[in-house]
Amino acid sequence: MRHHAERDKVAERLAYAGYIPDRDLATAVWLMESLSRPLLLEGEAGVGKTEVALTLAQANGARLIRLQCYEGLDQNAALYEWNYQRQLLAIKTRESRADAVDVIEDHIFSEKFLLERPLLAAIRQPKSAVLLIDEVDRADEEFEAFLLELLSDYQVSIPELGTIHATTIPQVILTSNGTRELSDALRRRCLYHYVDYPDVEREARIITTRMPNIDVALALQIARMIEGIRKEDLRKSPGVAETLDWAAALAGLGVEDLRAEPEAVFETMMCLIKTVEDKSRVTREVSDRLLGKVA
Amino acid sequence: MVATAAIHESSAASAGARRKLGDFVRVLRDNGFIVGLAEAGDALTVLSRPASLTPSRLRPALRALFCSNKSDWEKFDEIFDAFWLGRGMKSATRISGVLQKSPPGMESSRSGDRPGNPDGAPDHVQRRIGLDHGTDENSPGLREGASRADSLAKADFRHLTNPDDLAAAHAVAARLAKAMRVRLTRREQSRRTGRRIDLRRTIHKNIAHGGMPLELVWRQRKHKPLRLVVLLDASGSMSMYSAVFLRFMHGILDNFREAEAFVFHTRLIHISPALRERDATRSVERMSLLAQGVGGGTRIGESLATFNRWHAKRAIHSRTCVMIVSDGYDTGPAEQLEREMSALRRRCRRIAWLNPMIGWRGYAPEAAGMKAALPHVDLFAPAHNLESLQAIEPYLARI
Repeated sequence: MRHHAERDKVAERLAYAGYIPDRDLATAVWLMESLSRPLLLEGEAGVGKTEVALTLAQANGARLIRLQCYEGLDQNAALYEWNYQRQLLAIKTRESRADAVDVIEDHIFSEKFLLERPLLAAIRQPKSAVLLIDEVDRADEEFEAFLLELLSDYQVSIPELGTIHATTIPQVILTSNGTRELSDALRRRCLYHYVDYPDVEREARIITTRMPNIDVALALQIARMIEGIRKEDLRKSPGVAETLDWAAALAGLGVEDLRAEPEAVFETMMCLIKTVEDKSRVTREVSDRLLGKVA
Repeated sequence: MVATAAIHESSAASAGARRKLGDFVRVLRDNGFIVGLAEAGDALTVLSRPASLTPSRLRPALRALFCSNKSDWEKFDEIFDAFWLGRGMKSATRISGVLQKSPPGMESSRSGDRPGNPDGAPDHVQRRIGLDHGTDENSPGLREGASRADSLAKADFRHLTNPDDLAAAHAVAARLAKAMRVRLTRREQSRRTGRRIDLRRTIHKNIAHGGMPLELVWRQRKHKPLRLVVLLDASGSMSMYSAVFLRFMHGILDNFREAEAFVFHTRLIHISPALRERDATRSVERMSLLAQGVGGGTRIGESLATFNRWHAKRAIHSRTCVMIVSDGYDTGPAEQLEREMSALRRRCRRIAWLNPMIGWRGYAPEAAGMKAALPHVDLFAPAHNLESLQAIEPYLARI
């Protein structure tokens, strides 16, 4: 029963920190910890991929180091950079002392002038950190290749300084929205979990966990309603964050039973809708129809 | 099996479990999963824990280990059930698997005389009516010798009936696609100029000058390669062209670093995976199999809608040219085509519509679908012979 128990422990830890994982995710996190391999989370925007890393860090009491990927992200911004201003200053002062060129060089390319960026920081923590590489699909292929190197050896070579080995191996979580196909090599390196929208029960639990004051019946109604909206053919389906916003809005208005106040439901539902097209698609009729299904 | 060997090396799990896992890995590979040694080894570690030997616990663990994308993720349960729980394994795994081998009979059919191209022969009648201006003097088979390649370049694809000629046309198309890419890259490189100073390199270089930045090092903006998304009409009315175009698309996917390919008739099919097959002939065979229409006309509008809804987000970025190869005969409503074209227009950089019929004398875009689509098209060009394909290259280079 060890595996079972360990996995449940992971689920408990995450739940305690405020994230309700489905069982498969708990297994994936447990595997990530026991095999120390990175975990790749894929899924629609707003299903709570980033949240996994945040809560994992919180649950483990580890430092969260986050690298937000974007197009054109390069080693300098992700790994390390030299502190140019200080280097220039150092050159000037050394120059007046008439030091030899290679002495100056050794001096200004030393640890003192090195600026840590997230990836380097992550492998030099005294206590194992959680490294979140967010939206890795936004970075370009070159960066992906470089990342692969780091994730397989956990060491970094800096030409001027030599190889830096990891003091601790971080827990790495990568997220992707699927705007670009990731390379097979990177996928193979990682454990994989596809994060789907939570089912009604889990979503209701998420609502009650985040908003302890909300009525359980109302949370369930909201979750059912959201499930209905996600089934509509919308360009942008509401994510979990939107659900929470909506629940907060409804609670703020003092709504206790969705069926009793279709007006308020329809009006507040607009905080779930993010495009003009979707707005025209979700009419009062649609809202009432969905509400009819919320038993 | 290498993985099986690796699994046998470890002694943590029972022999039976090891063998079973090896078999499972093989089944996954048959179904297109990429499972390497490391995964198999890790799986064994998981398997060696006595608690994980029930399906409900083993499943999520193996799934996280062996899946590497969403389609794997969706297939996995079925394969897992089939294998470990013995639910109709053979049929389930075969159906959900990628086409590994051509079905019997496909090996013999060359792409040239593929079954979807019976229109080659009756075309003789049409040749008299819808004459292409370049055809008569360059009719393939009539002219041989030195200018053979040249005559091929001008021959309407419809008139390439002889398998040898078709193969030659394929080769030219592949070369063309390759040349197109090479030229594009070179242009990008020679255009480079510095935008910002690269402080790191500058400092390094100027230590000898006492840190005085005498020699500056610049940073250049890297040019993103053009991405090409090709949507090919594979309906009946295009059948005499699609064989050559499939070959052309294979050349493009092979050589453009970023390209995606789709074919459509009554629905849209993503064929990039089939196109990435190394062996060109096999790849074209696989594709023509995928591309065979079921009949019932061409739904261009609907296919575009599918593309916009499901594929556009991933396939299109800011330097994408969408190339639609179709004669514009849409059996769906023209309004839908119009709507989807305008949606597509907003997303990508350029839309090029290649229409083989422009090459025909006296052709005017009369088809309702074509008329509806035209306002959203940046380049409307002929694509009936290799020469016309060659003519698109400068256009692509400018994007």
